[in-house]
Amino acid sequence: MITGFAELLERLAFTPRRNLKLAHLSAYFAATPDPDRGYALAALTGDLELRAVTPSLLRGLVAERVDPELFALSYDFVGDLAETIALIWPGDSDAAEVALSDLVTELAGSAKAELPERIAARLDAMAPSQRYAYLKLATGGLRVGVSARLARQAVAGFGGLDLAEIEEIWHGLAPPYVDLFAWAEGGPKPVSAARAPFRPVMLSTPTDEDALAALDPGDFMAEWKWDGIRVQAVSEGGTRRLYSRTGDDISTAFPDVIAAMRFEGALDGELLVRRGQDVAPFGDLQTRLGRKKVSAKMLESHPAAFRAYDLLLWEGRDWRKEPFVTRRAALEAAVEGLGEARIDLSPLLAFETWAELAALRRDPPAAVIEGLMIKHRASPYLAGRIKGHWFKWKRDPMLVDAVLLYAQRGHGKRSGYYSDFTFGLWHEGALVPVGKAYFGFTDAELRALDRFVRDNTIDRFGPVRAVKPEKVVEVAFEGLNRSSRHKSGVAMRFPRISRIRDDKPAREADHLSVLLEVLAAQEAG
Amino acid sequence: MPVADPMLIPRAEGLYCPAGDFFIDPVRPVAKALITHGHADHARAGHGAVLATRQTLDIMALRYGAEFAQTQQAAEGAVRIGDVTVSFHPAGHVLGSAQICVAAQGGRVVVTGDYTRTPNAACAPWEPVPCDILVTEATFALPVFCHPDPMGEIAKLLESVAKFPERAHLVGAYALGKAQRVIMLLRAAGYDAPIYLHGALQKLCDYHIAQGVALGDLRPATVARGRKGDFAGAIILAPPSAFAATWAQRFPDPVICFASGWMMVRARARQRGVELPLVISDHVDWPQLTQTIAELDPAETWITHGREEALMRWCALEGRAARPLRLVGYEDEPE
Repeated sequence: MITGFAELLERLAFTPRRNLKLAHLSAYFAATPDPDRGYALAALTGDLELRAVTPSLLRGLVAERVDPELFALSYDFVGDLAETIALIWPGDSDAAEVALSDLVTELAGSAKAELPERIAARLDAMAPSQRYAYLKLATGGLRVGVSARLARQAVAGFGGLDLAEIEEIWHGLAPPYVDLFAWAEGGPKPVSAARAPFRPVMLSTPTDEDALAALDPGDFMAEWKWDGIRVQAVSEGGTRRLYSRTGDDISTAFPDVIAAMRFEGALDGELLVRRGQDVAPFGDLQTRLGRKKVSAKMLESHPAAFRAYDLLLWEGRDWRKEPFVTRRAALEAAVEGLGEARIDLSPLLAFETWAELAALRRDPPAAVIEGLMIKHRASPYLAGRIKGHWFKWKRDPMLVDAVLLYAQRGHGKRSGYYSDFTFGLWHEGALVPVGKAYFGFTDAELRALDRFVRDNTIDRFGPVRAVKPEKVVEVAFEGLNRSSRHKSGVAMRFPRISRIRDDKPAREADHLSVLLEVLAAQEAG
Repeated sequence: MPVADPMLIPRAEGLYCPAGDFFIDPVRPVAKALITHGHADHARAGHGAVLATRQTLDIMALRYGAEFAQTQQAAEGAVRIGDVTVSFHPAGHVLGSAQICVAAQGGRVVVTGDYTRTPNAACAPWEPVPCDILVTEATFALPVFCHPDPMGEIAKLLESVAKFPERAHLVGAYALGKAQRVIMLLRAAGYDAPIYLHGALQKLCDYHIAQGVALGDLRPATVARGRKGDFAGAIILAPPSAFAATWAQRFPDPVICFASGWMMVRARARQRGVELPLVISDHVDWPQLTQTIAELDPAETWITHGREEALMRWCALEGRAARPLRLVGYEDEPE
C-alpha cells in the first residue's frame, strides 16, 4: 500500500544510522506482502525503470496548476522535484489507499499520451506524503540515503542470506522479486536467468604517503589509475555485455569494444578512447557515453578500447577467490593470447619503496592518468569497498586562484546560503567566467562566503547575485576539457573551492592562459 | 489611501516613520523605537525610548536587564506620537506579540511583525486590523508551506514516546514562544507528565506561568544524579543549539526532535540531524498569508523580510500593488 511505502520513506529519510535503516527495511519486508514489497525494493535499488515518467512530464503537469514562477521559487527552496510537487499540488485529499503494484502496473501499462492524466488523477486523490512516495516510485532516485547495495543487504538480513550471493544473481532477477523473497523466506535459491550477468565490482579506498608508510611495499603491486570509466566486460555463451561499475549495461554505446570481446569470461578494466597507443583525454570518451546509437564517423574518430585490470572468470573457471598475484598472471596470459588491438593490459609499475612509487606518481607518462592503484598481492576479488586490499592514490589536483563573480542560493539543505559560486580568471584585462563550484569549503567558510555575497552584491538576476570582483578563491580541479558551451572555451572537471585566499587581491588572480596551457599540454599527451 | 509622503520608509536601522520620528523593530540603537515582539532580531537593547506591549517590555527586561532602554512605555490604547497615532493589536506569534497600526490623516499602515493565525494557547490570538498599507512578514511565503494541524504533529511525538520508552525525546524549541507553544499543545493532547527543561528555557517559562499560561508540571533537565536511565521515556525541551553541546550526552539514546515550520522540507530536517521533525510554526503559512492579504484587501502590500519574491509574484498575479522592503538584520530563518 502506498501509505506503508510513504511511511518507510519517511523513516529512512530521518534515520541517519545505517543499522536502524536496515531494521526499518527488514520490518517493512516482513510486514508487506508480495508484490508490493518487491516493487518497493525495486524503487530503492533503482530497478523499476518507469522511463516514461520524466521530470519534464511532471513539470508539465504542475505548470497546468501552479504559476511557473511560484513553482520555480519553491523548487529552488525545496531542492527536490518530487517533494516540491507533493507539497505544492493543489487540494488536500484524505489518504485513499492503493497498492504499489496497481500504481506500478498503471504507470508501466499506460500509453504515453494517457500518462499525464492518470498521474494527475492519482495525485488529486492523495495526501502530500503519499504524493511524495508515489512520485518517487514513478521517477526513481529516492534520495533517502539508501543505496542499492544497502537495500539488497536488508533483504539479506531479512532472510539470513549472504549478500554476495544476492548480488551475483541480482541481474537475473526482475521486479517484483517474488522468487527472491521466497528464497529469503526459506524457499529455493532462484536460478539466475540472465546471460553474461554483471558481477559485483571490487573498489578501492583512498590513501596517501602517510597511510602507506605503515604498510610493507613488498606486499603490494601497483599500476596506473587510468582516467576513463571503470567497466566490466563479460562474454559468456555468445552474449557480450559491457557494464559500468554500478552494473548499468552500456553495451550499445560501444559496439567496437563489444566486437573485440572474442573470449569466454569476465574482465575488469578501464574503458578509454585510444588512437593507436595514445589514450585520448576523458572528454573524448564522454562524447561517446550515453548514446543509443554511434555513427560510423564517431567510431572512426573516437575509437574505444578496453584496458584490462583484473580477471574474474575465464573459460569456465571462477578466479575471484585466487590472490591478486595469481589472477594477474592469468590475466596477462589471457590478454596476450587474445591478440586484440582494442584490448590491452594495464602495465604494472616496478617499485621497491613507497618513495619510488611517489616519484612515479609525481611524473606520470601520460596526462590521462588519475593517479595510482595499489593492490595487495594476496587480495581475493571482493565485492564492494573493503578496506586493506586495494588503494587509490590520486594525483594532486590542479589549482588556480580565481575571483568570485556570481553566487546563487543552494538547493535543499543549503537553500538558506549562497553556496553555488561562479568564478572567473583574467583574460585581456577582464574577468571571464570559467566555472562553477558548489563545495570544497567548510561550513565556517560557507558562512563567510555567504556573508561576503550578501554584503557585496552589485546586481541581481533573479536568484543570482553578481558580487564585487574582490574575493579570491583557490579552485582545485581534476582536469580540463574543451567546451563550446563556456565562453572561456574550457570546462573544469570536478571543480571545488579548496581555500579562500583572503591574502590575495583580485588583480593577482590567475589568467585564463594558465588553463589554456594545461589544455594544450594535455592534448599533446 | 497611500499618500504622497510615505508614512513609513525603509532605512538601514529599520522601518522609519518621519511624521512620528520613530522606528519599528530597529536593528540598531535609535532614539525612539516601537517593538512588535520580544524575539531578539526584532527587540534589541540600547534604544532611547521604547514603546511596546507590557509583556514585550517584560520579556526584554528578562533578556537584557531592566535598563535595556532609557525610557519604556507600555502600549495601551491609541498613543499619539508626533503627527501620527499608533496602536498595538495581538499578532498570535508569541506572548506579547503585536501588530502595530500607524494612523494619520492620510491613512492607516499596519506592520504585522511576525504573526500566525493558527490558534496558540500561549498567547492572545491574531486579530484583523483594517489598513491601507499592510506591511507583512514573509518568512514562509512559498506555496509549499501549508503547515499541518499542530495537534497532529504532537500526536506523532507522543506516538514516538510510546514506541521508544527507553529513549529520551529531546525537542528543539526556541526559548520564547515555541517552547511554551509545544508545552501547551502537549497539555492539550492530555500529556500531564512532567516536562523537563533545559536551563535556557526556565526564565521565560516562569514568566508565562506568572502571566497565567498554565504550563503544568515543569522540571529542570539538569539533574545532578546524572544517571542516564533517569530520562528514559521523558520529553525534554531545549534550545536547538544545545543538541550540539555535551549537554545532550546525559540522555539515553535521545530521539532528536525539532519543532519548526521549516521541518516540512526534508533536507532542512536532515541538515539538522533531526530524527523526528515536528512541523509547528509560529508564523503564517502560505494559505494564511495570502488569505490575510485577500481579506484585509489593502491598497498596497509591503514585504519586510523572508521570501519576498514569491509573495511579490502572487500579488502581481492577483493584481495587487506590492513592494519588497528588503529590510536587513532580521534572521532569514528564525524559528
